[in-house]
Amino acid sequence: MRRQLAPLAALLALGAALPAMAETVAITGARILTAGPAGTLEQGVVVIRDGRIVSVGRGAPPAGARVIDASGAVVTPGLFATGSLLGAVEVSALGDDLSVDNPQIGAAFDVRDGLDPASTLIPIARTGGLTSAVVLPQPAGGGFAAHEHDGEISGGRLTAGGGHEPRPNTLFAGQGAVIRLNGSEDMVVRSGVGVMVAFGNAGARAAGGARGAQVAALKAVFADVRAYAANRSAWEQGSYRELGLSKADLEALVPLVQGRTPLIARVHKAADIRAVLKLAREEKLKLILEGAEEGWMAAAEIARAGVPVIINPITNRPDSFEILGATLENAARLHAAGVTLAFTGPEGAAHRAREIRYGAGTAVAWGLPWDAALAAVTVNPARMFGVGDRTGSLEPGKDADLVIWSGDPFEPLSTPRAVYIRGQAQDLTTRQTELRDRYKDLGAPLPPAYRHR
Amino acid sequence: MVGLAALALSACATTSGTAPKAGGKDGAAGALPAGLDPGARPDPFPSTYRPLPSASFAVVGARAYTGTGQALENATVIVRDGRIAAVGEGLAAPDGMLVVDGRGKWITPGLIDSHSHLGVYASPSVDAHSDGNELSDPTTPEVWAEHSVWPQDPGFHTARIGGVTTVQILPGSGNLIGGRGVTLRNVPSRTVQGMKFPGAPYTLKMACGENPKRVYGSRGRAPSTRMGNVAGYRAAWIEAAEYTRKWDDYRAKIGRDEKAEPPRRDLGLDTLSAVLRGEILVQNHCYRADEMAIMIDVANEFGYRIASFHHAVESYKIADLLAKNGICTATWAGWWGFKLEAYDSVEANVPLLEAAGACGVIKSDDSDLIQRLNQEAAVALAAGRAAGLQISEAEAMGWITANPAKALGILDQTGTLEAGKRADIVLWDRNPFSVYARTEKVFIDGALTWDRRDPRYQPRSDFDLGQPGEGVR
Repeated sequence: MRRQLAPLAALLALGAALPAMAETVAITGARILTAGPAGTLEQGVVVIRDGRIVSVGRGAPPAGARVIDASGAVVTPGLFATGSLLGAVEVSALGDDLSVDNPQIGAAFDVRDGLDPASTLIPIARTGGLTSAVVLPQPAGGGFAAHEHDGEISGGRLTAGGGHEPRPNTLFAGQGAVIRLNGSEDMVVRSGVGVMVAFGNAGARAAGGARGAQVAALKAVFADVRAYAANRSAWEQGSYRELGLSKADLEALVPLVQGRTPLIARVHKAADIRAVLKLAREEKLKLILEGAEEGWMAAAEIARAGVPVIINPITNRPDSFEILGATLENAARLHAAGVTLAFTGPEGAAHRAREIRYGAGTAVAWGLPWDAALAAVTVNPARMFGVGDRTGSLEPGKDADLVIWSGDPFEPLSTPRAVYIRGQAQDLTTRQTELRDRYKDLGAPLPPAYRHR
Repeated sequence: MVGLAALALSACATTSGTAPKAGGKDGAAGALPAGLDPGARPDPFPSTYRPLPSASFAVVGARAYTGTGQALENATVIVRDGRIAAVGEGLAAPDGMLVVDGRGKWITPGLIDSHSHLGVYASPSVDAHSDGNELSDPTTPEVWAEHSVWPQDPGFHTARIGGVTTVQILPGSGNLIGGRGVTLRNVPSRTVQGMKFPGAPYTLKMACGENPKRVYGSRGRAPSTRMGNVAGYRAAWIEAAEYTRKWDDYRAKIGRDEKAEPPRRDLGLDTLSAVLRGEILVQNHCYRADEMAIMIDVANEFGYRIASFHHAVESYKIADLLAKNGICTATWAGWWGFKLEAYDSVEANVPLLEAAGACGVIKSDDSDLIQRLNQEAAVALAAGRAAGLQISEAEAMGWITANPAKALGILDQTGTLEAGKRADIVLWDRNPFSVYARTEKVFIDGALTWDRRDPRYQPRSDFDLGQPGEGVR
């Protein structure tokens, strides 16, 4: 018996690793929120084949399709964790693979090369309906408010420009990547999606202590990068003036100064947001803002510049002097001004990435239209980071990244019944559900270590 | 009048009965000078809290989660003189009483956060506001969190908008014994004394695991290991027992008119001694199941009780032990993995405890999460249901109301909608287990302390005045 089972198990394992090939699957009966041109379809049908969406519409499923009856359920695109540490951290206190303090490697650092598809955070994130993440590098020496639970002392407090945070060696934190949360070695969907730079206090620190110095330093760097791009061979031969960065960093910044890759600016305060908008305008850079807790105070300018914004919609306390204007209405006010939004989650949207959907719901409670909240966790980040042709909405031709929910996806009492990535149903077992099930029955005859699933 | 129990507030419950007139009647040693007798003035920073002005009123036609595990339809809650006078389905409001229309709305007890650092790690979180960990020694029972609380922390106000009417403010977890915690009414006040919950027992913060051993181990001193931690607790309790005995001996001798030298007063040992007498409740930060089991044995060795384990992400592994010992678990649903001892967290921790008959509490330890304790309880509830447990929303409401009240020793005062209790009440615009729910009105002792529709009842901190965030956050 045992010997006969082995090949079957091997076959199943193989099948699980491949996209559902050749089979046509139809998800029927659900309320379908496409986040795309088709809008919302009651009693809709999503047809999937070869890992892609074939059609989204109404009517009968195609003949021969395997039908998944999702009556009463809600189907959405798989959600995005934008501005995430997923794949690059396992236990926060043990460090992550997103922060570099190396004078030779700043902009050239690409998070893509350090990601771990086996991280236990990835299946756990899927149970929050997430199928994609935008992994961004973290500026060295601060800029990211470390959590303070435990009431323990922790580093990373946002202090004034000088502060006592260490001064990082580089102005540039590195380049981000979009990943799919299938836990597979093909997890990277697109890399080099933007170059991260921290502004405000953190940027001032990096530039030697004051905000104005950072702007001057960046302008000098961009001039050097342009000079490098125009005089590569002279520079290679040593017959060009000395430039301020390593070759690797100069190369990495060429697409940025040419406006092909966005600058992802971590910036909080309204005055700093305006300074960054001005810098981007003068340097003709493509720009994405991240943080932007006081974004609502510069909403019209941001909208006029056509700059999209990543925010954590639940940030509302004056946690530093850079975010005195933080409010739960930030999302609603930015949206009302015409700004395109993407949502991140608490503490780097990694261990707590599951909370992104609750953040979206909270933004709705505080005035953001529901459809705008769905867009902020699906199609908007997909477009902002250059994967909008592949995922982020339910449209024919896109990857079949979708979630079947028991109800409203933003409600904590709703749960994902099934999560698909490129048409492949994902395992919703996690290390946490295994632990839960191991200890669920404490009265069992054998100790818990004898229990597996 | 429906059972308006005369809830005579005893003087601060932390006062010890062990102090007959200091020094005894012209005792041989004479009366002790002020400040040298721990029993003479056991409440030196007394509460000056007075309920804000309130009118009697009745909320009618709402749906209610009472905190006792019940859900009521068409509920009426009658409030008189700051107390709940009656709760029931379909009760008519007394003639002439102010009526709050609760139709289409939900009513719950005021939420209670049993683990907060508001005021001691105030916003903005600059070093000048880092007042929660006295990291100069691993054992600092002599410090009191209330001496660090900044009442102008804007976080008190945002927490109130989230429906939180009572908070326990704890020292941090860098020390084995971190000091006294204090339970506060979440009202605007110029002083911390004006917030202190009258009659609420003091609490003692203790901490297991990684934090103390990291803080002190990194300085090359004890504790640097978990076994060093445990040696530290035991040494402290031995000292406390000896101190208690010295004062007991002294008082006995004075009582017999014998000559006696008074022991030297020690603020830290005063606190530990009060724990041994059962007057101060132990709130023990402890993540791992195995460490909690050790702490239960330490408590048994020295004869004190642990009221709650905090964080306690592994409580589900020893739910039976916690139920047997009557120890609450104050934890989150979704937080995990920020350090190794938080690696085995499961979202269903509290529901699994509930199923085992143990006391589960959802708490924040965070100035953001405290604004949405109802959401975190919903996350836990959903996880419990996903684990196959049958738990109602009405029962889950207890995790953020009655259970924390129990863990803080104030369940006779607040934490449920029951006649006789303080009228700490939240009116929600929809089911509080919905992510879209917002508070409409928050009452503390029957007084309106937050009203979404009335700017006169939208208090804000001094700090926020003149700032861009001055509007409602």
